[in-house]
Amino acid sequence: MTVVSTQSDQENLTFTIVAEFPAPPSRVWQVWADPRQLERWWGPPTWPATFTDHDLSVGGGAAYFMTGPEGEKAHGWWRITAVEEPTRLEFEDGFADEHGTPAADMPVTTARVDLQETDGGTRMTVQSRFPSTEAMEQMVAMGMAEGMQQAMGQIDQLLLTSV
Amino acid sequence: MVVDQLDQQSVDRVFAALADATRRDIVTRVMAGESSVSALARNYEMSFAAVQKHVAVLERARLVSKERRGREQIVRGDVGTVRAAARLLGGFEELWRARIGRIDDLLAAAPGDAR
Repeated sequence: MTVVSTQSDQENLTFTIVAEFPAPPSRVWQVWADPRQLERWWGPPTWPATFTDHDLSVGGGAAYFMTGPEGEKAHGWWRITAVEEPTRLEFEDGFADEHGTPAADMPVTTARVDLQETDGGTRMTVQSRFPSTEAMEQMVAMGMAEGMQQAMGQIDQLLLTSV
Repeated sequence: MVVDQLDQQSVDRVFAALADATRRDIVTRVMAGESSVSALARNYEMSFAAVQKHVAVLERARLVSKERRGREQIVRGDVGTVRAAARLLGGFEELWRARIGRIDDLLAAAPGDAR
């Protein structure tokens, strides 16, 4: 496990995760910039992602869907707001309907990715910012739905410890 | 309170219950504070019966519990704010931890294997 730290800030509605990889930033950048590589990690194994559109330039964006175990599809979109290859990427990440049209009633998360060169490789920081407490709540539902099986083990633990 | 192991069937019920925007909204509201079904129903452009059905789905998924109080049916989040907060952050964190694990695997794969 290469996750160095995670931090959630309820006041500022952000969640930050820091990880280190034994590869240079130019290589780590590829897992974001190459849609075929992105597809191999964005969605969980039970909900693999397919990117139908992918343009990492400011004003550009991405369109994807994740396919569930029953063949159901969950659509999402990105809108790129900042790019500095290979060190920084900022984008809005939202849900879409079955036609890929952004869903107006769903929260939009803002993500900022920083890739910093270290001695042994790359330190990646991903900060997700939610528009409101309600949106954070809603992301639970969706985050859970995405995280599915992986999340359940941890939730079980949380439930056992919080009762 | 009894906490059961969440088996696959309960997991499916939870996700199915949360797949609907109205039900997600109901959960959010009752996590913040208990509410009668009739008070909940005033938030939506649908019949009382329809809202009651949504509540029943959430109840079966054990996301909310319902209790009759006089003439009202009171709905509340099943395990309260603690669980909601814990799950909120835990769920999102787990999602990202899993993603980073997969990036690790991808980077560890032979370069030619990265398609």
